Amino acid sequence: MSTRETRAVGRLLVAPSVILLFLWMIVPLALTIYFSLLRYDLLNPGMETFAGLDNYYWFLTDPAFSTALANTLMLVGAVLVITVVGGTLFALLLDQPVFGQKVLRLMVIAPFFVMPTVSALVWKNLLMHPVSGLFAWIANSLGLTPVDWFAEVPLLSVILIVAWQWLPFATLILLTALQSLDEEQKEAAEMDGAGAIPFFFYIVLPHLARPITVVILIETIFLLTVFAEIFVTTGGGPGLQTTNIAFLVYAQALLQYDVGGASAGGIVAVVLANIVAFFLVRIIGKNLEA
Amino acid sequence: MARKQTLTKRISVTALAWLFSGAIFFPIYWMVITSFKTELAAFSTPPTFLFFDWTIENYETVQTRSNYLHHAMNSVILAGGSTLLALLIAIPAAWAMAFAPTDRTRGTLLWMLSTKMMPPVGVLVPIYLIYRDFGLLDSRIGLVILLCLGNLPIVIWMLFTYFKEIPKDILEAARMDGATVTKEIIYVLAPMSLPGIASTLLLNVILAWNEAFWTLNLTTSDAAPLTTFIASYSSPEGLFWAKLSAASTLAIAPILIIGWLSQRQLVRGLTFGAVK
Amino acid sequence: MNKHFAALMGAASMLVAAQAMAETKLTIATVNNGDMIRMQGLTEDFTAKNPDITVEWVTLEENVLRQKVTTDIATKGGQFDVLTIGTYEVPIWAKKGWLMPLDNLGDDYDVDDLLPAIRAGLSQDGKLYAAPFYGESSMVMYRKDLFEKAGITMPDAPTWEFVADAARKITDKDGEVYGICLRGKAGWGENMAFLTATANSFGARWFDENWVPQFDQPEWKNTLDFYVNLMKDAGPPGASSNGFNENLALFNSGKCGMWIDATVAASFVTNPKESMVADKVGFALAPDNGLGKRGNWLWAWSLAVPAGSQKVEAAEKFIAWATGKGYTELVASKEGWANVPPGTRTSLYENPEYQKAAPFAKMTIDSINSADPTKPTVKPVPYTGVQFVAIPEFQGLGTTVGQQFSSALAGQTTVDEALASAQAIATREMTKAGYIK
Repeated sequence: MSTRETRAVGRLLVAPSVILLFLWMIVPLALTIYFSLLRYDLLNPGMETFAGLDNYYWFLTDPAFSTALANTLMLVGAVLVITVVGGTLFALLLDQPVFGQKVLRLMVIAPFFVMPTVSALVWKNLLMHPVSGLFAWIANSLGLTPVDWFAEVPLLSVILIVAWQWLPFATLILLTALQSLDEEQKEAAEMDGAGAIPFFFYIVLPHLARPITVVILIETIFLLTVFAEIFVTTGGGPGLQTTNIAFLVYAQALLQYDVGGASAGGIVAVVLANIVAFFLVRIIGKNLEA
Repeated sequence: MARKQTLTKRISVTALAWLFSGAIFFPIYWMVITSFKTELAAFSTPPTFLFFDWTIENYETVQTRSNYLHHAMNSVILAGGSTLLALLIAIPAAWAMAFAPTDRTRGTLLWMLSTKMMPPVGVLVPIYLIYRDFGLLDSRIGLVILLCLGNLPIVIWMLFTYFKEIPKDILEAARMDGATVTKEIIYVLAPMSLPGIASTLLLNVILAWNEAFWTLNLTTSDAAPLTTFIASYSSPEGLFWAKLSAASTLAIAPILIIGWLSQRQLVRGLTFGAVK
Repeated sequence: MNKHFAALMGAASMLVAAQAMAETKLTIATVNNGDMIRMQGLTEDFTAKNPDITVEWVTLEENVLRQKVTTDIATKGGQFDVLTIGTYEVPIWAKKGWLMPLDNLGDDYDVDDLLPAIRAGLSQDGKLYAAPFYGESSMVMYRKDLFEKAGITMPDAPTWEFVADAARKITDKDGEVYGICLRGKAGWGENMAFLTATANSFGARWFDENWVPQFDQPEWKNTLDFYVNLMKDAGPPGASSNGFNENLALFNSGKCGMWIDATVAASFVTNPKESMVADKVGFALAPDNGLGKRGNWLWAWSLAVPAGSQKVEAAEKFIAWATGKGYTELVASKEGWANVPPGTRTSLYENPEYQKAAPFAKMTIDSINSADPTKPTVKPVPYTGVQFVAIPEFQGLGTTVGQQFSSALAGQTTVDEALASAQAIATREMTKAGYIK
């Protein structure tokens, strides 16, 4: 009796949010699908005609598309690897008894709060610039040739900037996870004379599996749509070397003012994201259960 | 002897930790330092790290040119408002997903998360048209709604993870005692998942604060937050690094301070579900 | 007491309401360049003369501004009362009926004083659709001291060959001095502005009379070969991500022997507060190749009123104030003649005080006058625009092609590959847009 009542009240309570959620998912999506079927040039309003799947055809056959897809995956993958591996190492380091640990934590988490546009501008102009940047100055002082970051290794440069923004996030989560590892467990392992490396692989890493999953999932969501960093630094170039799907859709929408094409691109991006999500869950989803 | 060894070890580990942390923090330090240089000194080589003619002229310029407080206030309202609204909607929904799951719950969750992966620029024109018709362009309410919707999938997903960690027995015990669903949520669920809710709140405030697409494209002046403030200093014709650094420092200062003060809550909650 | 207070409040609120009714609030969208910032600072002069108008500034960087303004005007969002747009947008938007013709700028506005090349670029069927705030062309800025040291003299109107030779001679890579700094960052308004203008002087064109892309023609290959080789020998590292500002910083810190870019840069490089080489800069016309066209462009940031605006009268008053002769004098009296917005009016260049204060005045006016948007290059073309093609598709196309050329500059692809992909991309886009039947 009471359970049924609970259920009913529960439904009532949940209804508004579920309806809102549903609307959120459906309205923009429906609109986008609708626009993606139109030949809609923003600069020729009032001239919309039904285009069928033309927009999809043009978007998918765009020679830039496959490059952009590869760049997107590369960017996501590389940043994930850097932040997870780097974050783990960092967390292990900061988990040691060090002087001024509190200050260190503050320093390490800071990049996470910086707006992407700002960090991209700072990196591009103040650090990576091959003539007046700080890295160039360091290289020159050491008698090396400065690296011309955005010409020689454009994608890597973008990856570095993005990784810098997300490394603190990974570090902090993993550090907290480490600190929750039982002192007793650590001591027991020390007593057993277990070396640092087996200790890490048999005790620490399994303990970190779930936090790592959380890091990967949250980061993936944001990394798939990285835009500001690319826009500010390379403008997708040189060539197409730093064009990802988000930038391609941007070019479609706000450089070509092709609303239909951009909508089609958006839908394609969602489908791709679902595929990525599907595999992601297949690979690491186990950790989310239990 | 052993003690001395630990001390040496501790000192070397400390040095290593400071070195790496310093490297991570350096770009921010460098930005702040640059904001106190003249434009000419900002790009001159060799660079100066501490010993240069400190000047606050960049801050004065920024002060006379823009209404910083107006933008900062908007940022606070947008970030805070959208997060609170999102929590209001998400808590019941996450409750339902965690405690009355259906076959489709997991699929729905993932699907929601994947919509977040759509480049926002793909829906700019449809949203712009809707907002124009409803008179929501350049209004705080309009942006609060949009930012809330944008982050809702993450909020729900995070809360869902936390709620799932709560032992079902406790809820059942509460039900036995005759608690209604509302009471169940307020007295049992909320206190238990408070760290989770707190960190969700903080994370979303940060994300909403730094959101730079919708806030730039849907506002002009009344509702314009700090992202537009930054956009008025980046890349003009002419030298801008020092002034941009000053504007950037001002723009990230509030969120940096909030973040620093609350980082423990932020992290504790983030790992609440993840660590057991 | 309470009653009095209430009455007072009532009166006050009525007063406020009355004032609000009489006041027209103008929302003005503008670029964050120095001249506009100065205008923003002088707003009080306008509001003092027009007490019934208040002004709200929306100052943004160029790219953000452009995407906002375009979205707003195309969807008739009505967020702005005065727009700052360039010579690229004006003809396209005027043709679509998105802009109000500026008929009522006042009797003392003196439209005929506007520079003919600029005025032509902002008019459609003889009607002015936007008033120029400042105009620019491009020219060579060079370091007199470095030229002297190398024993070379810069002529007033150099050829590309001379520029290339001089650049190679001056270059001293160990001493961090690079003979020439040119734009390389991809973008229709970045490297493509420079390259399209340069290509004009090499006799190249974007499209033939039937809108067929011309990147497979030898003129483009010559242009790009010349550019890439020159930059390889005498350009700074990182050139492929350098735009206007990056080059300005390089030049001002004494690392460039020459820099070919916008004429407005002249006031920056000669300003001792921003430039370490302020007293060593000389100016020359953009180079040519003996084909009768110089590689200089034409641009004017201009103020326009969107069609359908409810505040046309106030907006026109503002535009007349900001682009009239009175504003020039206002800036001159407050900030000196060198800071006056350049490149819009003949009278400014006839003013002896301006000529004295701005050593770059003559080169600027000569550069502007020698650009012809209707006949940009040697061969006939179906489009207008010197460093751009005034069709809506150009922003997207120009940027994509710009990425290819930037890639060639970075050495990631060869010039031939870049041109081949540019040709393929342009053909594809023009087919998609229906120009090529």
